[in-house]
Amino acid sequence: MKKQIRVRVNGQEREVMVEARQTLLDVLRYDLRLTGTKEGCGDGNCGSCTVLLDGEAVNSCLVFAVEVDGHEITTIEGLAEGARLHPLQQAFIDEGAVQCGFCTPGVILTAKAFLESNPCPTEGEVRFAIVGNLCRCTGYDKIVRAILKAAGSREGRHP
Amino acid sequence: MTERSSVGKSPPRVDAIDKVTGRALYGADIILPNMLHGRVLRSPYAHARIKRLDTARARALEGVMAIVTSADVPGLRDSGEVPDPMLPCLAKEKALFAGQPVAALAAIDPHLAEEALDLIEVEYEELPSVTDVLLAMRPDAPIIHPSLRAENLAGKDNGPSNIFWYVKYLRGDVEAGFAKADIVLHNTFRTSTVHQGHLEPRAAVADIAPDGKLSIWTDNQSIFKVRELVARYLRLPLSRIKVMPVEVGGAFGGKEHQQLSPLAALLAQKAGRPVRMVMTRSEVFKATRPSPATVIFIRAGATKDGSLTAVDVTMIYDFGASTGMPGLEAIHFGFNALNPYRIPNFRIEGYDVVTNKAPSGPYRAPAAAQATFAMESQMDLIAREMAMDPLEFRLRNAVAKGDLTLNGSQYSEIGFRETLERMVRYLAGKDGPKGKSRGRGVACGLWTTMSMGSSAHINVNTDGSMTLVVGATDISGTRTAFAQIVAEEFGIPLKDVTVTIGDTETAPFASISAGSMTTRSTGKAVYRACQDVKEQLCRKAALRMKVEAGDVEFLCGRVQVRDAPDKSISLAELARENFGLAGAGPVTGSGCSEPLGKPTPVFAVQAADVEVDKETGKVRVLSYAAAQDTGLAINPTIVEGQIQGAVAQGIGWALTEGYVFQDGVMKNSTFQDYRMPTAADVPFIDTMLVEVASDVIPYGIRGVGEPPIVPTLATIANAVHSAVGMRLTELPMTPEAVLAKTRGREEPEDASLSRGHI
Repeated sequence: MKKQIRVRVNGQEREVMVEARQTLLDVLRYDLRLTGTKEGCGDGNCGSCTVLLDGEAVNSCLVFAVEVDGHEITTIEGLAEGARLHPLQQAFIDEGAVQCGFCTPGVILTAKAFLESNPCPTEGEVRFAIVGNLCRCTGYDKIVRAILKAAGSREGRHP
Repeated sequence: MTERSSVGKSPPRVDAIDKVTGRALYGADIILPNMLHGRVLRSPYAHARIKRLDTARARALEGVMAIVTSADVPGLRDSGEVPDPMLPCLAKEKALFAGQPVAALAAIDPHLAEEALDLIEVEYEELPSVTDVLLAMRPDAPIIHPSLRAENLAGKDNGPSNIFWYVKYLRGDVEAGFAKADIVLHNTFRTSTVHQGHLEPRAAVADIAPDGKLSIWTDNQSIFKVRELVARYLRLPLSRIKVMPVEVGGAFGGKEHQQLSPLAALLAQKAGRPVRMVMTRSEVFKATRPSPATVIFIRAGATKDGSLTAVDVTMIYDFGASTGMPGLEAIHFGFNALNPYRIPNFRIEGYDVVTNKAPSGPYRAPAAAQATFAMESQMDLIAREMAMDPLEFRLRNAVAKGDLTLNGSQYSEIGFRETLERMVRYLAGKDGPKGKSRGRGVACGLWTTMSMGSSAHINVNTDGSMTLVVGATDISGTRTAFAQIVAEEFGIPLKDVTVTIGDTETAPFASISAGSMTTRSTGKAVYRACQDVKEQLCRKAALRMKVEAGDVEFLCGRVQVRDAPDKSISLAELARENFGLAGAGPVTGSGCSEPLGKPTPVFAVQAADVEVDKETGKVRVLSYAAAQDTGLAINPTIVEGQIQGAVAQGIGWALTEGYVFQDGVMKNSTFQDYRMPTAADVPFIDTMLVEVASDVIPYGIRGVGEPPIVPTLATIANAVHSAVGMRLTELPMTPEAVLAKTRGREEPEDASLSRGHI
């Protein structure tokens, strides 16, 4: 049984036919071909699939697609404005916070939602904020620095 | 010191922008028209005979387009061609571990594929299994591979055995060495099975052209190895298989092994349609290639003045059902634990053993981290007994250039002493951990890198920019390093260098991205390709300027006449004019590197401050410092990132990570129950790059990725000892384990649950 949903994805109104058992993650990746959102575990423990649902960071593997009918989603593909990168994206590049890149989209989106609620965080607050985003390459060092750097920039505070 | 324009600087990675915008494509991101979804049926038993395997009901389900069992695999019809024949891509008569693939199928929808798995009927006859490595070594143990004979098991009956490799190394007289010692300590150390933990699960997509030619996308450490593996299983010539490059979401040795690519290829062949396969996280844990658990018995002696007199060590590696990497683990790599020190008398015995558990394989500095955990814990205990500073004790025994390694070769240029001294200075400037239940630990580690034959290709574009094509999978930032080498050699900005990883047909051959070798193996080829291009440019420029070819040189982006700097021609000018009708023709250059057997040692010295919560037993890492003799760092930021990532992995290995088995089945196969460090579990990791140049590779580079995990396990264990005043000899040092130790209780025994090694 399929159901039609209307969802605003990266500022664009989309209509998709989804199955009741399909996750938001699957619809984003396979129906909308937004493969920047990654699947690392499928059970909400790694954060690789993080997207913004009405501005809040959620694990899209734990959300059914039918639940987002009428809502707004931001994925990593929707963060830059044309060629202008979001300050977090730029900070990740500048600080060397990107290694294999698999966790990167999820961490950046988690950080974006976090900085909106806490524009001037401490190191400890940043670490706690991204505790649901596993990274195996960086030891988190440069990721934490990148988020602190983006928070320090004016655009970082008001993305 | 040479002034450099690009090498030694830290420009952003060339792949970073695609990765922060979601454009980078990984194996599972390849979505093809008409694509099927593949799934694997796996053995639920640790050891079982497959008595009957019937796929008829699954085949009859509408939407199931192909099913394969071992009978469908051309390479398994007779033995000898496939790698690891005792553990084929699909089980033949027997399943040897829980999670081993038994059949694979492809259906039009992933959910349907999952449902169809339940319709495959398998009748198993459970066989006696052995999951305890020490029991597996006994003569009365159930035999896992009846055809397996212990290699080198000298003086013993060479009948069937679960020991698949045995080595023994001796120097001097161990007992005499212990007799001379003022202190001799004997301990047993144990480590658990741990996983590489790459965030990207395993994935493979196979497409088939109407003429039968296969294209494959899969996470890998070598596209050429994937091609060869698939060719062997499918009995196809290499020319019928093309492996495409993709981004790889973490590898750490775990992606040398390929389980899905032959299965996806077989299914695509059978269905005549593209097939995509992606493992669940649980499958990744249970059925890929984690690092072996170990039991290590070690006896070490030293005199009062702090000189080691003898070491006697027996290392037992529990490889699960795999006989991969025979000998490499116990000998060459395990050796690294002892090689940092002058040890006049030693005896090393190593056993590689199979059990009915998840098969093991390489993980960042294979085997060295476990062996070093034992040796460096022992070094710490000896230093404590003698009330000697642990770094001072190591400095007193540290090898230097000219000293002998354990296999009798001489150390060339090494930076161990410099790295130790750097850590001594760093710690002198840092406050010690104050307060109860806090402590500091240090440890050292050694890893040796080699170099393999590889190649590279450069096109000079009409505007003087360069396009570099390589075949080396980038798992650690190597693309950026290669681009920096080209920019450096031609004196051009990095933005004028494009670096592309080709597929197996467009890229020049590259050796595997492993062993901390990629920048050495392929980087050397890139360097030589640059020289090739320069030579050609010089010849053409000489022709244009009407001088002898020997009279010109390439300097700072120009070819100029020696001793007449006003007479020169720029790279851009030369490039542009070469292409016209009147030009001298295009310039493309290539370079190859040859295998280099001579190992290059890399030393790492690390220090940690920890705090132990007396109530919960939880260990918190307060601060961490890592010094490493990296040789020249082509891109220091990338090198730092490698070190920091390795340290975090080591912290997980030491404190929280470990397979929990019940009857050979892994019981904690999620990220919730297999606890990898989060951002809140690690501090900032201070890195110190000690650049003592190697004498064998351009720029003096040594290799970076693996060495920094080698000392971490012991560093944490030594810090925990400082904090609680007691030694934990078993990893992981979970809160339960720490509490049991500090409260004088043993860990509660549950007969049915056991760690990997017990």
